[in-house]
Parts: sequence; C-alpha cells; structure tokens
Amino acid sequence: MIAKRTFDAVIIGGGGAGLRAALQLAHADLKVAVVSKVFPTRSHTVSAQGGIAASLGNVSEDNWHWHMYDTVKGSDYLGDQDAIEFMCRGANEAVIELEHFGMPFDRLENGKIYQRPFGGMTQDYGGAPAVRTCAVADRTGHAMLHTLYQRNIAARTHFFEEYFALDLVMDEEGYSQGVVALGIESGEPIFIEARATILATGGAGRIFSATTNALINTGDGLGMALRAGIPLEDMEFWQFHPTGVHGAGVLITEGVRGEGGYLVNRNGERFMERYAPNAKDLASRDVVSRAMAVEIFEGRGCGKDSDHVLLKLDHLGPEVIQQRLPGIRELALKFAHVDPATDPIPVVPTVHYMMGGIPTNLHGQVVMPTATGPEEAVPGLYAIGECACVSVHGANRLGSNSLLDLIVFGRAAGNDVIEYCRENPFLRPVPVQALERIAARLARWDRTGEGITVPELREEMRKTMQLHCGVFRTEAVLQDGVKKMLEIAAKLPDVVLRDQSKIYNTGRIEALELENLMAVALATMHSAAARQESRGAHARDDYPARDDNAWLKHSLYFSDAHRLDYKPVRLKPLTVEAFQPKARVY
Amino acid sequence: MRFSIYRYNPETDAKPTMQDYELDIEAEGKMLLDAILLLKEQDESLSVRRSCREGVCGSDGMNINGKNGLACVTPLKDLKQPIELRPLPGLPVIRDLIVDMSQFLKHYRSVKPYLINVDPEPEIERLQSPEDREQLDGLYECILCACCSTSCPSFWWNPDKFVGPAGLLQAYRFIADSRDQATNERLDDLEDPYRLFRCHSIMNCVEVCPKGLNPTRAIGKIKELLVKRTV
Ligand SMILES: Cc1cc2nc3c(=O)[nH]c(=O)nc-3n(C[C@H](O)[C@H](O)[C@H](O)COP(=O)(O)OP(=O)(O)OC[C@H]3O[C@@H](n4cnc5c(N)ncnc54)[C@H](O)[C@@H]3O)c2cc1C
Ligand code: SF4
Ligand code: SF4
Ligand code: FES
Repeated sequence: MIAKRTFDAVIIGGGGAGLRAALQLAHADLKVAVVSKVFPTRSHTVSAQGGIAASLGNVSEDNWHWHMYDTVKGSDYLGDQDAIEFMCRGANEAVIELEHFGMPFDRLENGKIYQRPFGGMTQDYGGAPAVRTCAVADRTGHAMLHTLYQRNIAARTHFFEEYFALDLVMDEEGYSQGVVALGIESGEPIFIEARATILATGGAGRIFSATTNALINTGDGLGMALRAGIPLEDMEFWQFHPTGVHGAGVLITEGVRGEGGYLVNRNGERFMERYAPNAKDLASRDVVSRAMAVEIFEGRGCGKDSDHVLLKLDHLGPEVIQQRLPGIRELALKFAHVDPATDPIPVVPTVHYMMGGIPTNLHGQVVMPTATGPEEAVPGLYAIGECACVSVHGANRLGSNSLLDLIVFGRAAGNDVIEYCRENPFLRPVPVQALERIAARLARWDRTGEGITVPELREEMRKTMQLHCGVFRTEAVLQDGVKKMLEIAAKLPDVVLRDQSKIYNTGRIEALELENLMAVALATMHSAAARQESRGAHARDDYPARDDNAWLKHSLYFSDAHRLDYKPVRLKPLTVEAFQPKARVY
Repeated sequence: MRFSIYRYNPETDAKPTMQDYELDIEAEGKMLLDAILLLKEQDESLSVRRSCREGVCGSDGMNINGKNGLACVTPLKDLKQPIELRPLPGLPVIRDLIVDMSQFLKHYRSVKPYLINVDPEPEIERLQSPEDREQLDGLYECILCACCSTSCPSFWWNPDKFVGPAGLLQAYRFIADSRDQATNERLDDLEDPYRLFRCHSIMNCVEVCPKGLNPTRAIGKIKELLVKRTV
C-alpha cells in the first residue's frame, strides 16, 4: 500500500500563487502542505521582470475603476467583469501587504513604492498613460517569490520539495481528497490526503517550440484537471510576445522598438510598413507578432531554416544602446551571440503567457457544468495563478496584471479553503480505486523494449504547435494542426524510457511532463480550431473581425472525445456598471 | 566537443566515475546547459537540475572546469576541452550533478531570512527612503544557487556549523533593511566562533557568484557592527 500523509489542505505549486495561498492558510493555523517539483524559489515566478499593477497613485492620479476599465478592454471584453472588479479593487491592499511582508520595492523620493508606466494602462478610461506598475528594478518576480518563501519559512509551512504531483485523488461523488505525488529523489509515490486541494502549477508555454517560459512550465495541473474530468477554459488564447530571442526564447523588451529599432525580413525589407503603415513596428503586440508569422510562413524569414526575422538597432548608434538598452545588449551578447551595436538580433514571436486554464470563480473554486448548473463548484478543489482561468485576462493579458492575479486570488482561495475546512471537518473514506488508477498510470513507464524517446515526440509536438497554432491561424492551418496533433498524441503509448532507475530519475519526470504537455496541446489545438473570429491573442486571417454575437463566450474543452462546450462571459461586475464591448483602438 | 562528466547512480555504482562524451554542436551562441540537455537526449540517465535557463532560478550550479557556476549562463565557446563537469563540491551527491542542498538551506533558514517588525501595520506601505532602499542592492538578488558556499574552504571544513557566505549575505540583507527591528537579536545569533567567524576572507565566494554579489563585504559589515556594538 502506498504511503500516506494527512493535512488539512494541500497546495500543488510553490510559485507566487501557491505560496501566497499557503500563507493565508498557515496564518489560520491550518495544517498545510505545499508540493513543488522544484525548490520553491526555482519556480517560474522568479523570472518576472517588469512589475505588479496596483492603482496606488504614488506617481500619477489613479483609482481601481480606471485599472478595471483597462483590464476589461485589454481582455477584448472576454474577461469576467466580476473577477476583474474583485482583482483591481483588491490590488492596493494586496501589494501593500507584500511590502509589509518585506518585499524590497524600489522607492520614490517620498519613501513610497516606485511605479512605472506599462502598456495598456491608462488614466480616466483610455486617456493619458497611468503610472501603475510597482517594481523592484527588473527583478520584481524574484523579489516577490523570495519574500513569499521567506514568510512561509517564518510561518513554518510544510514543504514537499522536489515532489512531482501525478494526479488528483477524487472520490465517486466528485470530492477532491488530495493528490498522489512522486518523491523525485526517492522514486516512491506518496498519497497526500487533504480535505482541500489547490492547484497552483503555473503555465504551459513549453507546448510551443519558441517560448519565454522556463523548462518546467509543462502544464501539469492542467493535465491533472483534464484526467479528473474537469474542462479547460479559453485554451485558444496564448499571448505571443513579438521579440523573443530565436532559439533561446529569452525576452527582448518592447523598449528596443520604442527607441527606434525595427524588424526586417530576409530581403532586408522593413516589412511592418506594409502591415501597419502608421504605427509600423510599434503596432500592438498581436499585430506585430502576426505580421512576423506571415513573413516566415511565406518564406521571407531569415537564417538557413528561414525561421526568424531580424531586429535591427545598430543604426541607433553605440551611445544610445549603451545608455538606454544596456541590459538588452548584455542579453543579446549572451543568448544571441550578437552585439546589437553592429549586428541585428534574430527574433521570433514567442509564446509568453497562457490566458486560459482551469475554470474557477473569484473564490478560486474550480467550477464546471453539471446537471444542476453551468458553473458548479467541484467540492474541495481550487485553482489559482497562471494555471487557472478566473477569468481576469480574457483574450489578452495586460503586462503586470499576472503577478497581481497570483496574490489576489492566492489570498482569496486561501480564505475560501479556511471556510470550506470549517464546514467539512471530517475526512471522507479513501477512494482506493482512484489510487489504483494513478498507480497504473505511473507503472506504464516501467515498460521496456523498443520505442521512441521522450525528446523525439516532445519536439515533434512543439514544432507542430508552433507551426499550426501560432500567431498565424486559418481554417486550413488549424484543421491540419488538429489532424497532426491527433497523430502525434497517438504515438504516446509507443514512448519508452531507457533509464529505469528509481532515484532522481529526471527522464521519468520528463515523460510524465510529456503526458501533460500533450493534453494541453490538444486542448489548445481543438479550442483554437473551433473559434471562428479574431479576438485578443486569437487572430485568424479568415475571420479577421471580432464577432460578439456569435463568440462573446468562453470555450470549455473536455478531454473525452475532445468535446467543446461554451459558457457566457460574466459581463456584470460586483458593484459598478458593466463596460459594454466596444471596438478596441489604442 | 568533448566532455568529461561526473557520474554516480547510487542504485548501481559503488563509487563515482568520470564519463567521456562527444557532442556535435556549434558552440557559438550556445550555453553549457544547451549542451548538457543535448547529451541527455543521447543518454537519458544523465541527471541535472534546471528550470529557468536564464540565470535567475539557481537550479544548475555545478563545478565547471574546476570553477563553480551556472551552466545556463556559461557560454560554451569559452570552455577548455574536455569540459569537466562535477557536482558542487562539499555537499553530498544524490546522483550525477545533483547535490543534496539540505545543509545549505538549513543554514539559510537559520538566519531568520524574513523581515521582523513588531509595530502595528500601517494601512499604507512602510516608508523607506531611496537611500535606505539602496542598502539592499547587491544583497536581495541572491538566487540560492550555492555556488559561493560550496567554493568556500571554511564551509567544507565546518559544513554543520559555519553559516557560509550565502546565509550570511541574507543575514546582512535583513540587518541592512531600515524596516527590520531585530538587528540586535540577529547579531547575537551570529556572535559565535563558528556561525560567522569561520570566514577568513578568502574571497572564493565573491569570485564565483554568478549574480556578481559580494558575500565577503557583507560578512565584513556584520563583523564591523559587532565590533561597534562592544564599544
Ligand atoms: C519572462 C517572463 C516575464 C514575466 N514578467 C511578468 C511581469 O513583469 N509582471 C507580471 O505580472 N507577470 C509577468 N510574467 C507572468 C508571470 O510571471 C507568471 O504568470 C506567474 O509568475 C505564474 O505564477 P504561478 O504561481 O501561477 O506559477 P509558477 O511560478 O510557474 O509556479 C508553478 C509551481 O508549480 C509547481 N509545479 C508545477 N507542476 C508541478 C507538479 N506536477 N508537481 C509539483 N509541483 C508542480 C512548480 O514547481 C512551481 O512551484 C512574466 C512571465 C515570463 C515568462
Ligand atoms: S570570504 Fe569567507 S565566506 Fe567567502 S569563501 Fe572566503 S571564507 Fe568563505
Ligand atoms: S550569493 Fe551568489 S553564489 Fe551565493 S547563493 Fe547567492 S547568488 Fe549564488
Ligand atoms: S536554469 Fe535557472 S539558473 Fe540556470
């Protein structure tokens, strides 16, 4: 029989969202365990640079109504306005709390938290830029993650570090009962029993071959949810950043184009002049990313594989580069091995953020359609952070709203779990069958003999997703993608591990991650192929306009038979008037 | 390119060995981690930790041609061949390039690496001048990669008692924070022949830190404060 540990609540994920929720529970004296496949400060939150949004108004006049408007408009009206109001209203308190926790924010002369302008953030409902993003240099995520981990040390949270969560344990009546995780060092599975479970497993950018995401962003929580019969919401919406370093995926800030840099194709042509005659290279992210994809698709890409374009900035002169873009120069030297003062940087539209995820309400409860209603809570199961879809980002996230999402909903979910544990004081009987199913899934990887390797199939999947579900989407490209992805997924049973050792077998972990990646890729592919309109990050050449009559609704993908369902957008905020969908011009 | 990599699988190996690898790779523009991941595609059993692949998460500290560093920000073309890779020295090896970090993290936790302030919380942020905030630069950026502590001879000889450069750097990060009120307790805790005073300013730690931090200077500041306190 599998070893068992029992807690009041278990959190899967030690990034910003998971650690914020853990604090809320620890402060309420609940027994809480955090499971993380990496030591918590190695989570992807550590990579966030720019900052975290809150209408503190330390620099320019500001209030949460304006922030809410920007977020609704940025979401291309697909965001749920109740959740958006909740987040923007709670932003100041949540950020102040981080400061009290010890986060080393940069400061203004008057001693208050430093704020900087960010894309899409405005004053007075679309007016002048708002200075709203609170920052710790260009290391905001690092400072936030370390601060939250440090508070958890003080709170004596129990950590299962380097444990890989395999699957949710759900009983016949649909109650969540905890999780089975694999001790990466021991190679042994363990059942972590808990009345409440919070998924906080982060993003899944690794389904694409070009991503700014860490190697560990494999969508494990999403795979777990799908296997538990829970749908994924709005998986067609992935934010592409125009300028990730080709190959490495490391981000090159928009500021480069702000200073006068521009993109060229293999003929040396400044192609953005054709796509956006006015704004050119400073058109919005989705427009630039799509133009780049067309150039590459039509054979005008650069390099021996014609698979990228070039970001030219040498004409700015070495002084401007040294003075305004020293960090970019360093990154380019390190990861692209070019000195941008003399040579252009190879860039590709790079997957950056997953707007979709596990459907939840604003308490972080996982919700799904059942016989009794369209958004019924799954008892004892929660999801927060990038793996969740509340949905505050809708079809397009604004920069610096994600870190905010983590702490606002991390806290909210913590509070709801406290309530839930009070109302459900007793453990339910252990669902033995569920445990057996999980054990069987794990045992599948003990098989030896001939077969393909994990990296072979993984790279095939990533290339296909990049080509067929990138910024360039048409019916033919998408339908072809669906077909190819189904073929690729069908090869999963042929994958075998050559290394059958137990202790710290990273090959086995990569195999388990591949199962989750594949599930997320299929969800993305099917959801994208179905949506016949352009909205936010989902841009289709054959349906270039937004279609509010037919498509102002959330997609829900179920893994059984790749079924799609839809649910309405929550257009009604908590207390204020709704923002009605309008054409989106910046 | 040629590699010589420390291999140890506790299930099958009585003792570690160095294994030779050859890899066909264009070194220009690549990082050491890229090469290791390609080697792993050939030999699934080769084990290493990694996450961010851009030098901010602290996963892949290792000993590279005799010097500690992060594989993901070490350019391949700068390395002399055969590239010799070993686990961080002085910590127990779990498998291949993966070390047991518990001892290192225990020291980190022992310095109470969190803000201590017992005043009632204001409803706005605690104010801090830009000058006071600047005191934290070069301290808070630590990524807990352990490159420093595992290059420190004093840490090798007293792994259980000497806090080591990473832990001491974080101790000073909170001492230096104008919002923290526990300076005296923090100094009391470090006033100990082992916890702090094993540091003999050999500076190995400074030389290897991939984030360009300077634990020796922080340790010097703590020592200064202790001296000041007695007069
Ligand atoms: C380069 C970059 C820069 C960014 N900059 C900003 C910014 O400036 N502002 C902003 O608001 N947003 C930014 N973002 C987005 C933001 O950083 C992320 O959305 C956010 O950090 C996600 O946090 P999280 O807590 O949901 O997940 P993560 O931080 O990704 O944490 C996931 C956790 O889950 C654990 N986990 C996953 N799978 C398993 C499993 N199977 N078993 C056990 N544990 C598991 C991991 O170990 C990890 O602890 C940026 C993103 C990128 C890529
Ligand atoms: S300066 Fe001190 S801490 Fe750094 S390596 Fe030398 S003895 Fe160790
Ligand atoms: S001080 Fe530098 S070398 Fe030491 S753990 Fe921190 S980042 Fe790593
Ligand atoms: S992989 Fe994160 S520091 Fe190297």
